[in-house]
Amino acid sequence: MTLDKVKQILVDYNGCDASEITKETTFEALGLDSLDTVELIMSFEEEFGITIDMSEGMKTIGDIVDIIDNAKK
Amino acid sequence: MNFSILGTGSALPVCIKTNDDLSKIVDTNDEWISTRTGIKERRICGEEPLSDIASVAASNALENAGINAADLDLIICATISGDYITPSLACIIQSKIKATCPAFDVSAACTGFIYALDVAAGYFARGKFKKILIVAADAMSKLIDWKDRATCVLFGDAAGAVVLTAGDDLLSIKLTATGDATALSAPNVTGNCPFGQIPQTQPYLSMNGQEIYKFAVSAMCNDITDVVNEAGLTKDQIDYVLPHQANIRIIEAAQKRLKMAKDKYLTNIKSYGNTSAVSIPLLLDDANRSGKFKKGDLLALSAFGAGLTTGACVIRWNK
Ligand SMILES: CC(C)(COP(=O)(O)OP(=O)(O)OC[C@H]1O[C@@H](n2cnc3c(N)ncnc32)[C@H](O)[C@@H]1OP(=O)(O)O)[C@@H](O)C(=O)NCCC(=O)NCCS
Repeated sequence: MTLDKVKQILVDYNGCDASEITKETTFEALGLDSLDTVELIMSFEEEFGITIDMSEGMKTIGDIVDIIDNAKK
Repeated sequence: MNFSILGTGSALPVCIKTNDDLSKIVDTNDEWISTRTGIKERRICGEEPLSDIASVAASNALENAGINAADLDLIICATISGDYITPSLACIIQSKIKATCPAFDVSAACTGFIYALDVAAGYFARGKFKKILIVAADAMSKLIDWKDRATCVLFGDAAGAVVLTAGDDLLSIKLTATGDATALSAPNVTGNCPFGQIPQTQPYLSMNGQEIYKFAVSAMCNDITDVVNEAGLTKDQIDYVLPHQANIRIIEAAQKRLKMAKDKYLTNIKSYGNTSAVSIPLLLDDANRSGKFKKGDLLALSAFGAGLTTGACVIRWNK
């Protein structure tokens, strides 16, 4: 499932606790700034084989999961 | 046959502006600039023309190489912000250091120094020239919009130079270009032609920061991997990485992905910001003069910038 893979990439990136991440969690709440988000998006692009437009405005983990699921369709 | 580095030099404008100084001009602060970029201060060509510091950098490199301006066969200048559109900055430097050889500019923005190295390698391969001076000099302060906090905090002005002699210490080199004026560009002068029909754009540098960030991290990873392989080496054998200094976060992201020890990466962004084509020769000169490099050390240089251009190479330090 996309959410689980996204969680795993987040855990690898800054050692956050996977059990605390839900679709509503914001990047900011995980202590991640806008450039951390850019780096994570690069990892998501590699993992899922997609390209994500930076102007889509991602705030929560749910936003990114939706973008990935739409891009994979 | 390509080249060996015979000497290095650099020069900085006298005016220093800290993050706190900039917070008096635009709505920014030291905390934001430090955490997002790693920059603390930068130099600004406010009191001297760029050609002055470029010529000092050139003279310092000649002195370090132990040769005279009259010994030079060619001057190549990597710049996008010379004093004039024409004459080239290389010609102004030629006159200021009292050289007599041909001189021209190369325009590849922040990748300019690596492009110039490849041009020089071509001249050495032809066997005609024995000594080539490369000067990288940029005053990005002239191109940026000092009302735009997203770009004006990033750049600084400086000049760096190397003297090359015929040799075989360029082990591999790679250049790329992907023409694109939307992600990062700075418009040229438009003049006052009475027949001009094209709408005028803002006369300043504009940039899509996050797209450039992604482009930069992947360029560094791909290019360094490619030139290390092309040189028949492994990443472990590289002693130092000299990455273009655009943002410390770009360097750290590439370092994590390339899995090369952090202390191999040389940086100067904290004191100088992004000095465009100059960042790598400035690193080279600082390391040379502080005695950091040992003869035989393997250096990986990697740059990216407007164009979009990228370039990387592996050089053996032979001084
Ligand atoms: C320029 C760069 C540092 C901006 O970082 P970013 O995280 O993408 O920043 P954003 O533009 O998304 O801005 C994030 C927030 O900080 C604000 N901000 C931008 N510049 C700021 C500054 N100097 N001071 C304070 N806040 C600033 C933005 O307005 C934005 O606020 P908001 O979230 O309230 O809208 C980064 O994108 C970068 O380094 N890119 C590469 C650029 C580069 O290297 N170019 C040269 C290549 S040779």
